[in-house]
Amino acid sequence: MSEMSAVNRKLVQALVETISKQVEHFSKAEVECLIRGFNSLLGERAVPDHTAGLDRGRFRSVLHNWFGMTDYMIMDGVFRTFDKDNDNSISVKEWIKGLSVFLRGSLDEKIKYCFHVYDLNGDNYISREEMFQMLKNSLSRQPTEEDPDERIKDLVEITLKKMDHDHDGRLSFDDFEKAVREENLLLEAFGTCLPDTTSIETFERHVFEEHQDH
Amino acid sequence: MGVSLSRAAQWTTVSPGSVRLEPTPMNESLLKEILHFVERLSSQHPQEAEHVFEEPLQWTTTLVASDFQTGYDISDSDAQSHEKDSEGCPLLQLSPPVVYVRSFSQIAKLLHLAENTKLKEVQACLEENRDPVEKILGPSFAGVLSREDAGVDVLSPVDKVKEESDGKDSETTIKLLPLLQNLDDQLLKKCLRETSDLDPTAAKKEVELLRRLCTEQRVLKSVRYTSDYEFSNGCRAPPWRQVLGEICYLVIEPCDTEALYITYSTAGVFLNGRVKEEGEEDGYERRSDVYKDLLTLLKSRSPQFAENMKEQDPAAQELPSTQQIQHVEPVDVKEQGQPQRSYQQQEKNVHEKRRQHTPRKTGGRRKYEPCSRWRDLRLIAPCGKAEEKKSSKSSAEKKSSEIQKKKSAAGAKSKTKSEFSASSLPVLRLSSQIKIKTPAGAMQDAYSESSSESEEEEEQLERRPESNTDLPSEYWQIQKLVKYLKEGDQTATVLTLCAMMDLNLMQETCQMAIRDVGGLEVLLNLLDTSEVRCKIGSLKILRKISHNMQIRQAIVDLGGLQSIVKILDSPVKDLKALAAETIAYVAQFHRARRTVRQCGGIQKLVKLLDCVPDLANLTADQEKEVEVARCGALALWSCSKSTKNKTAIRKAEGIPLLGHLLKSPHENMLIPVVGTLQECASEESYRMAIQSLGMIKDLVKNLNSDNEELQMHCASAIFKCAEDKQTRDLVRRYKGLQPLVSLLSKADNKQLLAAATGAIWKCSISVENVAKFQEYKALETLVRLLTDQPEEVLVNVVGAVGEFSQIPANKAIIRKSGGIKSLVNLLTGTNQALLVNVTKAVGACATDMDNMVIIDQLDGVRLVWSLLKNPSADVQSSAAWALCPCIENAKDAGEMVRSLVGGLELIVNLLKSTNSEVLASICSAIAKIAKDRENLAVLTDHGVVPLLAKLTDTTDDKLRHHLAEAVGRCCMWGSNKVSFGDAGAVTPLVRYLSSKDTAVHQSTVMALYQLSKDPNNCISMHRSGVVKPLIGIMGSEDETLQEAAAGCVRNIRLLAQANREDRLFCRQ
Repeated sequence: MSEMSAVNRKLVQALVETISKQVEHFSKAEVECLIRGFNSLLGERAVPDHTAGLDRGRFRSVLHNWFGMTDYMIMDGVFRTFDKDNDNSISVKEWIKGLSVFLRGSLDEKIKYCFHVYDLNGDNYISREEMFQMLKNSLSRQPTEEDPDERIKDLVEITLKKMDHDHDGRLSFDDFEKAVREENLLLEAFGTCLPDTTSIETFERHVFEEHQDH
Repeated sequence: MGVSLSRAAQWTTVSPGSVRLEPTPMNESLLKEILHFVERLSSQHPQEAEHVFEEPLQWTTTLVASDFQTGYDISDSDAQSHEKDSEGCPLLQLSPPVVYVRSFSQIAKLLHLAENTKLKEVQACLEENRDPVEKILGPSFAGVLSREDAGVDVLSPVDKVKEESDGKDSETTIKLLPLLQNLDDQLLKKCLRETSDLDPTAAKKEVELLRRLCTEQRVLKSVRYTSDYEFSNGCRAPPWRQVLGEICYLVIEPCDTEALYITYSTAGVFLNGRVKEEGEEDGYERRSDVYKDLLTLLKSRSPQFAENMKEQDPAAQELPSTQQIQHVEPVDVKEQGQPQRSYQQQEKNVHEKRRQHTPRKTGGRRKYEPCSRWRDLRLIAPCGKAEEKKSSKSSAEKKSSEIQKKKSAAGAKSKTKSEFSASSLPVLRLSSQIKIKTPAGAMQDAYSESSSESEEEEEQLERRPESNTDLPSEYWQIQKLVKYLKEGDQTATVLTLCAMMDLNLMQETCQMAIRDVGGLEVLLNLLDTSEVRCKIGSLKILRKISHNMQIRQAIVDLGGLQSIVKILDSPVKDLKALAAETIAYVAQFHRARRTVRQCGGIQKLVKLLDCVPDLANLTADQEKEVEVARCGALALWSCSKSTKNKTAIRKAEGIPLLGHLLKSPHENMLIPVVGTLQECASEESYRMAIQSLGMIKDLVKNLNSDNEELQMHCASAIFKCAEDKQTRDLVRRYKGLQPLVSLLSKADNKQLLAAATGAIWKCSISVENVAKFQEYKALETLVRLLTDQPEEVLVNVVGAVGEFSQIPANKAIIRKSGGIKSLVNLLTGTNQALLVNVTKAVGACATDMDNMVIIDQLDGVRLVWSLLKNPSADVQSSAAWALCPCIENAKDAGEMVRSLVGGLELIVNLLKSTNSEVLASICSAIAKIAKDRENLAVLTDHGVVPLLAKLTDTTDDKLRHHLAEAVGRCCMWGSNKVSFGDAGAVTPLVRYLSSKDTAVHQSTVMALYQLSKDPNNCISMHRSGVVKPLIGIMGSEDETLQEAAAGCVRNIRLLAQANREDRLFCRQ
C-alpha cells in the first residue's frame, strides 16, 4: 500500500476515528489494519471513497478460506448478519463491526449474532422449518432408512424440547438466550457460525501483523 | 430329656395314670443314651453330679437292701446312703420296692450296683418320673426344657435361675441345666437319625410346581412355607415334628376358598390347625383326611382349582408341535436364555426371601425335574416352554438380544467375572475420605490402602437390568441418542449431547444404558476429535456418569483415561477443568490411578495447579484459571491415594503449588488441596515439606473454618504430621490446640471427631502441649469420649489419654472423671490398635497408687494379663509393659499374680517370642514379678532361667537393659545363679558393659553383682575382663550402682584371696 497517497492516508485516518468509536473490541491500530485488510480483500476494485463493499461471493470465500466454513445456508446467514443495511454488500464499517463480534464478541453479542444467523427469514423466530433446513444434512444417511427426514424431525423435536421454554413451537430470542445461558454449547446449536480459536489466531495474526509494518 | 422324652419316646398307656415305654429299638437307644449320660456325669462333672435334687426321683426297683454295700446303712430290708444333704436326709433311701434318690452320683452308684438290670432301672425311673427335670431342678425349670427353643437359648433360663434361686446352690444348678439341655438335644438328634427316612425333595418339587401354577396360570393366589428356615436335612418342620415324619408346613391360598394350612408329611398331606409360626402347639393337629399329594388335596378343597387343572390337560398335549416351530431360530433362544437365567440367579442371591412370591421367568429347562406324579398330569410342559415361545416372538426381545451381542463383544472381560453381587452401587468417596491412621504408622497405612483397592476391584461385579422387557423408557431414548451421536455431524452431535445432559445421568439405569448401547465408546471417541464443543459436551456427560464404579472401569478398559489426560494440555480452560474433574471421578480405583500416572497425567495435573499469584482478587479470566487449578487439585486428590502417585506429585514439584493454593480463601479450593495434603502426609517427605513450607500455619487457620469437611482434613493432616516434634510445637505456636479441643464437641460427625482426637493424641506427645490442652479442660472431655464411640475415635482418644497421663496431676483427673473404669472396660475389645493404646493408658494410670486400687477392683490386671495371649506382638508387648507398674503398685501383688491361673507360665513362654519389643517388655515384667519369692520359685519351675540365658546374646540395648534386670532378679532363688553360669549367661552380660547405654550398665551391674555370689561365675567374669569396666562404674554418681559394682568386685576379690590362701595352705 506504499503507493497510497497522502489524501488517502488522511481519509483512512478519519475512517479509523469514526469506526473505532463504534467498535469496542479493536484498538485504533487494529481498526486501521482491518481497513487495509478489507481493501486488500477488495483487490483491484479498492477505491478510496469506501463505498464499495464485499459481495456475497467474496464474503463466502473469506469465510471458507479463513474460517473453514462450508455450509452455504449458515454462510448466507452470516452474510445477512454482517450486512446490516441489507444492500447485499458488506461495507468496511459493516465488516469491522461484524468482525468485532465474530472474533472477539462477548457472550451477549454472540447470542444475538447467532440468533440472527439462524433466523433465516428474519421474522425474529427460529421456526421448526428453519431448524429442519439447517439440520437437514447433520445426520449421515442410513441405507436402511425408509424416511431419512424422520430422524431430522426427531432431532428438531429434541432440540425444541430443550430450548423452547414458552412451548410455542418455535424459538424466540428469549428462548434462545435462556437456553444458551444454561448451556453455552447451544450457542451454535444449528451450525458453526463462529470461528474456532485457532482460526481466529491465524486470521488476526495475518491481518494485524502483516499489515502493521506497512 | 424334656422335649425328647415327652415327644420322641414311644409311650404306651397301660392303665390310666401309668405309662410304659415300648420296647422299641428307638426307646432302647434312648435309654442307653441316658444311662451313659448319668454314668459319665460323676466323672466329668463331679460338682454337678453332687447337686441335690429338688425332689427325689422315686421308682420301683428290683434291687434289694443286700445289694447295697459300703457307704450305705442297711437295716432289715431298708437301706440309706451315708451321704446326706445339708439337712441330714440321706441322698438315697430304699424302702423296697421303692427307691428314692436325690443326686446323680447316687443314681450312678445305684446303676453300678444294678449291673445287668441297669437299663431296666433307668426305664423304671423314667416311667415313674414323667418330668424328671422338674424334680431335679425344681418347678421353676419345669417349662425351661420342654420349651421348643430350649437348648438354643441357654442364656435366658440361666438368667431366670439367677433371679429365682437365692444364691443357694444356684451355680451348680446353672451348670447342670446346660448339661441336661445338651443331653436333650443329643437325644433328639439321635431320634431323628433313627427316623431319617424323611425326604424333603418330593415336597420341594411339588411346592415349586405349585408356585409356578400360582404365578403363571393364576390358579392359586399364593403358595408359601410357614417358615423360611430350612434345616440341614432340607425339612422345615421343627425337629420334634420331624420325628413324626412331618417335613414342612404350607399356607396355600386358592382363588375361591380361604387359605389352606397344610402339613406335608411322609404319610401324605393333610390340613392342620393353622401352623403359622413355630411353637403354637395345637396348630400341628391333623384336621382332615390324609391325601396322597398336594394336588389331590387342592382339587378336593378348591373346585376352581380342580376345574383349571382339567383345562390344562389339552393344552399340554398340543405343545410338542409348537415347540419345534419355535426352535427354528435356536440362536435367538440361546441368547435370550442368558439374561433370563442370570435374572434368576440374581434374584436368588439378593432376594432370597422375596423369591417365594415373585413371578418366575423360566429359562433353564433342566432346572425343574418334575416329580413323576406331575409329569403324568402333563403340567410341567406347558409352563416350562410356552413361556419361551412367547418371549422369543416379541420384537423388543430381539432388539435386546442384539444389544446382548454388542455387549458381549465390548465387555467380554467383565462377563467372565461373576456378574452378580448384592449391590454395586457406586459410592463416591470424595466427601468422606479419611484414612484413620493407626499407631503402627506407615506400614499399616500401606496395608489399608491396598485393601481398599482390592475391595474396589471387587466392585466389578455388575448388575444387569432385570429383564429386557422391563427396560425403562430412558434406555430406548439413550439408544436413539447414541445412534445420533454416531451418525451426526458436529452440530447434531452437540445437540444430542445437550439432550443427553438433560437425562438424569446420576441414575444408575441411565449410566448402565449408556454403557450397554455402546455410548461410552462414542463419547470417548469424541475426545480424540478436534471439535472443542463436542469434547466439552462429552466430558460433561462423562464426569457425571463416572460417579458409577462400573462406568469408571469401562472407561479405563476402553483406554479413555489416556484421551482425557491428553486434553489436560488443551489451551481451552473449560476443557482442562472438565478433563481434570472427570479424572477426579474416574481415578477412584487402583488401576485408574496407575493409568493416569503411566500416561503422564500427574505432571499435567500438577501443572494445572500453577495459577495466578493473588488468589483473592480475580478477573474473570483468572477465575477460570483458579477453577482449572481447583479441578486439578480434585484430580490429584483422587490420584494421591496410591503411594506411587504421591511420589510422582512430589517429583513434579506439586507440593509448593499445593502450599500456594492453601492460601486460597475459598473452601471449594481448600478441601481438595488439604485433602490431597493429608492423604500424602502418610509419606515422611510430605510431612517434612508441609512443616518446612509453612503449611502448618494455614492448616491451623482452617481448623477454624465453618466447613466440617475442611476442618476434618486439616485435623487429619495435623494428625499425620504431628508425629514430628517440631510440627507439634508449630501447632501450639499458631494456636491450633484450642480449635482442636473445641472440635471435640462435634460428637455427631464421627470422621471429624476421629481426625480431631487423632490430632490431639499426636500433639499431646509433647508435654508442653498437654499443659496447654489442660487449659481448655481437654482431658475431661476426652474421658467422656471413652464410651459409646466408634473404634477409630476410641483408638485416638485412648492414645491421647495415655499421653496426657505423662503429667501426674492428670492421672488424678482421669480417675476423678471416671476414666479408669472406661479404660478397663475397653480392655475386653478386639481391635489391636485400640488394645495397644488402652494397655498403654492403663499402664500409665497404674503408676498412680489411687488409680491402681481401682484397676485392681475392676480386675484390670487380669484383663491386661490375658491380652498377653493376643496374637499381635504389639498388643503383647504393650500389655506386658502395662503389667509392670500394675505389679509394682498393686497391694499384695504377689498374691494377685499367683491367683491368675496359668499366668506365670504364659509369661515365661513369651520369652520364646522373636519380637525384641515383646522380649524386652516380658523381661521387665518378669523382673517385677520376681520380687515376690514365691512367684520367682514358680517362674523358675517354668524354666525361666535357660530362656533368659538364651537371650543374652542380643545386641538390642533396650532388651539388654530389661534382660539384665530380669537376670539379676531371678538370681535370688535357689541355685539360679549357678544355672545362669552353667547356661553361659555370664560372659555375654559382661559385654553389656561396653554398651553406650547407661541404663544397660545399671541393670547389668546389678545382675553381675548377684551372679558374682557364685564362685564359678566370678571366674568367668574375671576371665571376660569385668574388673576394669566395673572399677570405672564405681565412680558413678548413683550410689546403688556404686555399691553393686563394688560388691561385685569384692566378690571376685574375695574369691581370689580365698584361692590364694588355699594355695598357700596347700603348699604348707
